[in-house]
Amino acid sequence: MELLPTVWFIAIAVLWTGYLFLEGFDLGVGMLMKLFARNNTERRVLLNTIGPVWDGNEVWLLTAGGATFAAFPLWYASLFSALYLPLLVVLVALIFRAVAFEYRGKVDTDRWRARWDWAIALGSFFAAFGVGAALALTTTGLPLNANGDREGGPLAWFSGYAVLGGLAVVGFSLIHALAFLALKTDGDVRHRARTWFVRLLPVLLLPIAGWALSIQFLEGKPWTWALVLVAVAAAAAAWVWARRGAEGKAFSALGAFLALGSASIFAAVFPVVLPSTLNEAYDLTISNASSSDYTLGLMSIVAAFGLPLVIAYQAWTYWVFRRRVSAAHIPEAHSFLPAIAARAFTTKG
Amino acid sequence: MDALEIARWQFGITTVYHFMMVPLTIGLGLVVAVMQTAWHRTGNPEYLRMTKFWGKLFLINFIMGVATGIVQEFQFGMAWSEYSRFVGDVFGAPLALEALLAFFVESTFLGLWIFGWKQLKPGIHLACLWIAVIGSIFSAYFIIVANSWMQHPVGVEMIDGRPVMTDAWAVFTNNTALVAVPHTLFGALAVAGGFLLGIAWYHLWRRRRDGVDTVGADGKVIPGESADIPGRDRDDHKVWLRSLRIGAVVAMISFAGTALTGDLQGKLMFEQQPMKMAAAEAACHDGTGFSVLSIGNLGSQNCDDIVALIEVPGILSYLAKGDFTTEVQGVNSLLPQYKEAYGTHLPDNPIYGERAGQEIDYLPVMEVTYWGFRMMIGFGGLAALAALVALWITRKGTVPESRWLMRLAVFGILAPFGANAAGWIFTEMGRQPFVVAPNPDPSGIDQVFMFTAAAVSPGVSAGELLASLVTLTAVYAVLLVVEVKLLVKYIRGGVVSAMPELVHAPADENEDATPGSGGPGGGKPGDDVLAFAY
Repeated sequence: MELLPTVWFIAIAVLWTGYLFLEGFDLGVGMLMKLFARNNTERRVLLNTIGPVWDGNEVWLLTAGGATFAAFPLWYASLFSALYLPLLVVLVALIFRAVAFEYRGKVDTDRWRARWDWAIALGSFFAAFGVGAALALTTTGLPLNANGDREGGPLAWFSGYAVLGGLAVVGFSLIHALAFLALKTDGDVRHRARTWFVRLLPVLLLPIAGWALSIQFLEGKPWTWALVLVAVAAAAAAWVWARRGAEGKAFSALGAFLALGSASIFAAVFPVVLPSTLNEAYDLTISNASSSDYTLGLMSIVAAFGLPLVIAYQAWTYWVFRRRVSAAHIPEAHSFLPAIAARAFTTKG
Repeated sequence: MDALEIARWQFGITTVYHFMMVPLTIGLGLVVAVMQTAWHRTGNPEYLRMTKFWGKLFLINFIMGVATGIVQEFQFGMAWSEYSRFVGDVFGAPLALEALLAFFVESTFLGLWIFGWKQLKPGIHLACLWIAVIGSIFSAYFIIVANSWMQHPVGVEMIDGRPVMTDAWAVFTNNTALVAVPHTLFGALAVAGGFLLGIAWYHLWRRRRDGVDTVGADGKVIPGESADIPGRDRDDHKVWLRSLRIGAVVAMISFAGTALTGDLQGKLMFEQQPMKMAAAEAACHDGTGFSVLSIGNLGSQNCDDIVALIEVPGILSYLAKGDFTTEVQGVNSLLPQYKEAYGTHLPDNPIYGERAGQEIDYLPVMEVTYWGFRMMIGFGGLAALAALVALWITRKGTVPESRWLMRLAVFGILAPFGANAAGWIFTEMGRQPFVVAPNPDPSGIDQVFMFTAAAVSPGVSAGELLASLVTLTAVYAVLLVVEVKLLVKYIRGGVVSAMPELVHAPADENEDATPGSGGPGGGKPGDDVLAFAY
């Protein structure tokens, strides 16, 4: 077994798990803008729970992508080109979602806000679905030829696993967001989020459990099966704690579920990073898809001090903004200066 | 158009667009950090207002840079998979390090800055902005290291047909990058300078037009207050005059900086990419003269059609070598050298698709390189000259009442943007037909190069690429309209649009807030959960 490619396989698994853990709840909060919030104040409560952190969370995606490029260029090239259209959807979704967060409050009309609310909700949904589909397909395989290029046209990637993976990340993001809101808000939103969490957990975790289990049936080893069982236990613990009102514990247990479930999937497919459904000989593995040991060594040194640093200052951000947000904290609509605005707009020049 | 051409248009459009937002982010971020530092040290209310107003515009623009940046990282793999496979060992590392060491810092600390006005101590809050700004500079460094490797590959050995990194130090201290980084940063500051100058001019002009500010017998400004509009007081005049002067000085310094670093770049380009230098000049024959105006059909790719009407002897030699006599090789001398070194025809290899076996055109599109080079220098120089004139005109504390001058100042904001775009288009188009240009240095790695024709994703159809080109262009166009509208709205609103507390509370209550007293801001007393709310 090659050491450095294995280290980087683990590093990329960690980056994707970190991404799903952190952006999971802010993608879910985005979708809940339409599904859960009842009025503009509640929507702003939701938004402000993730306001200071969503952008930092999204960088995990860029880092996962960049690290895949650097450590396994052949994996990056084959996966991203084969999934051209779904990733285009992800990009457009992420663009609208990011802009919507910043621009939603910049004009004080219902129509303006309603449009950006849709951008946030749909953007979050399609980003979660697309990332989930891509991750599922890198574990179950794509029709790749000897050069690693997709055969069979623009939609050849489509399969039941794409849908399952998409639903898995959408479902996980939603339940994770409910746990997050129960932890980060107060008042009615908090209590409703907890009720929803208890009611919906079994349904929303079904697709991600289905993905983890099908990977175990395909590639599982005894100890990866064990990981799945522990993950399920963590989900059950999250449910019990949520019922008892222990929101912090419920959120942590759900995080443990994600980490264990993700570990069970990545560990089961190891050392294959992207199987070919056409011919096993075309599978991309940590050996034939990786960069040189020199590059991996350099990246290892940088990541060994860089990644803990990132985790430290992001954790500090969550500490700074640790207080619960409730409807009472939301200031009046950012009414944009009645006096001068009226004047500025009516006088030309 | 085939897949390759569509992919190239897409990369060009998305990159030039992304690089409208990026220089403003880098330049304005630095300026806002300096303003907040001034407020922190002096407690002068006009510095707080400047921080808030320019900070608001900075954020409206920043988010567009973030949103369009993700496309950049993804499309190497999506549209240029062969390129990604070929260069991944060396090119992926700076991209990954950019995300890990720079963009994480930028995004996280900017979030802290936006939302942390009350949660953080003033000094720490200010430090967050500085850390974010320094992150954006590191981000520029890593991206330019990656780009410079495409202009001048170093630090690698060819193993099994692919360049493999053997010397990271060489890659990260590539001399091409070391001059391109300051050049790009000065270019970004030039954008910020023009932005400050144009907008501040507009506000000074409006204060005069509305009779708030008047001019005394000695020509000096007499700042006034307008009773009906909150925040339009004497401090407001200081905000705009100071912003205007900062903008003008920044614009001039950054032009000098781009000129000096650009000169160094020219000398490297003469050694590293001689054909780009010749194409920048539409120089067919060897010579020493810099063309001020060449006419003829530059696009015909045929040197017989081009006549240099006005030429300044010696200047081209100066640009290339630092003297006035060295003969700089023209296209006609270079073409045979390129053909001999890198072949006359593309190899019969399936990665070239239908282009396999075609004759290679080593001459970049000269209309673009020739005019791109001149637009870069022209726009940059004009903006710096305008800044100097603006300083002179406003020496007595305000701007003239002329509406035309105001319009000129406002539309002048576009000039440094144009210079940045033209410079990048020139240097990337001038690299063609290579995506990784060969390094002609005798160190022995001159066989590390890649033709653009081999770089595109073989498995992706022209239809997919067209779909994404149309989608992204349409999305970008819509968002550009939205961004500009919002910027205009906030610009017209003035400082109050970024400081609603100036309206809701009596002005003096907030203005007395000093950095030491826990910071300014509206909201109910004791309610510090949300100093800022979406």
